[in-house]
Amino acid sequence: MKLIVNGEPREHEAGNVAALFAIEAEERALPAEGIAIALNGRVVRRTDWAETPLSEGDRIEIVRAMQGG
Amino acid sequence: MAHHDTNLAAQAGDDLLEIAGQKLASRLFIGTAGYPSQGIMADSVRASGAEVVTASIRRVSLQGHGSDTFQKLKGKRFLPNTAGCETARDAIMTAELAREALDTTWIKVEVIGNRETLYPDVVELMEACRHLVDDGFTVLPYCNDDPVICERLADMGCAAVMPMGSLIGSGMGVANPANLELICRRSPVPVIVDAGIGTASDAVIAMELGAAACLINTAVAKADDPVRMAAAMRHAVEAGRLAHLAGRIPRRGRAEPSSPQLGLVGS
Repeated sequence: MKLIVNGEPREHEAGNVAALFAIEAEERALPAEGIAIALNGRVVRRTDWAETPLSEGDRIEIVRAMQGG
Repeated sequence: MAHHDTNLAAQAGDDLLEIAGQKLASRLFIGTAGYPSQGIMADSVRASGAEVVTASIRRVSLQGHGSDTFQKLKGKRFLPNTAGCETARDAIMTAELAREALDTTWIKVEVIGNRETLYPDVVELMEACRHLVDDGFTVLPYCNDDPVICERLADMGCAAVMPMGSLIGSGMGVANPANLELICRRSPVPVIVDAGIGTASDAVIAMELGAAACLINTAVAKADDPVRMAAAMRHAVEAGRLAHLAGRIPRRGRAEPSSPQLGLVGS
């Protein structure tokens, strides 16, 4: 299934947001905390990740808190 | 003397900054970006005595990430920002992501109108703030040093206003002290001077003019010795606050002897 992750096309087998994050987190060495995910422009609460299914062409934003001023 | 010092400390301890019902002992907010290393950043935050630290929200990259910055800042209150956003829409989205990522309703709303000057886009800023206040955020907008805009933002329900001392990262200090004093005198919410502080004396001036707090990043992060500058800022903010509360003497154009005039030795 083709998804757009942070603006880039990615091929994913993940069926929901939690599964997608597990794959991305391992690949990108992400921390468990300080992360947020939006699906098609709407924030998905962490507690809803597992129940939020993904479909072809979905746009996903994975962001993290970083140093800032 | 020791007794007297204790009393002074107690007095300062009673002078808490309150933002949206949250009481803060430190009037210095510190930024976490641009330090030579994460270790120096953490040491600087510690030396600053700040309880509030700022953060940004960015897309994770494909390259992976190093050690987690925020493990080092456990116990601090995070103030995420919407830095880099140029529209209300992007700022709102960033705020929503920040709330989820850092589990806080606090947000420093920054909407930039010009990439060269990083001047706020007031029209977009007002729209973003209105939406975020309605959505239950504790909104702290980075804004122009304009008394009317600051008033409008406070009326709207912003928890504080953060007028610029001068351009972001410029180190030019408080460019318009008359404006800042006016804003501080009239504001119903705390005024936090954000941007432009270059060295300790700039922070003292901002606080003497009546600012409730200062938010400082570049002046500390890019100093030759950030940890030492962080400590200097801590003292500067405290000194300026005490001087503001103490009330300065009026300026006068002639000398006024401080020693007694009677009983002078000699003829």
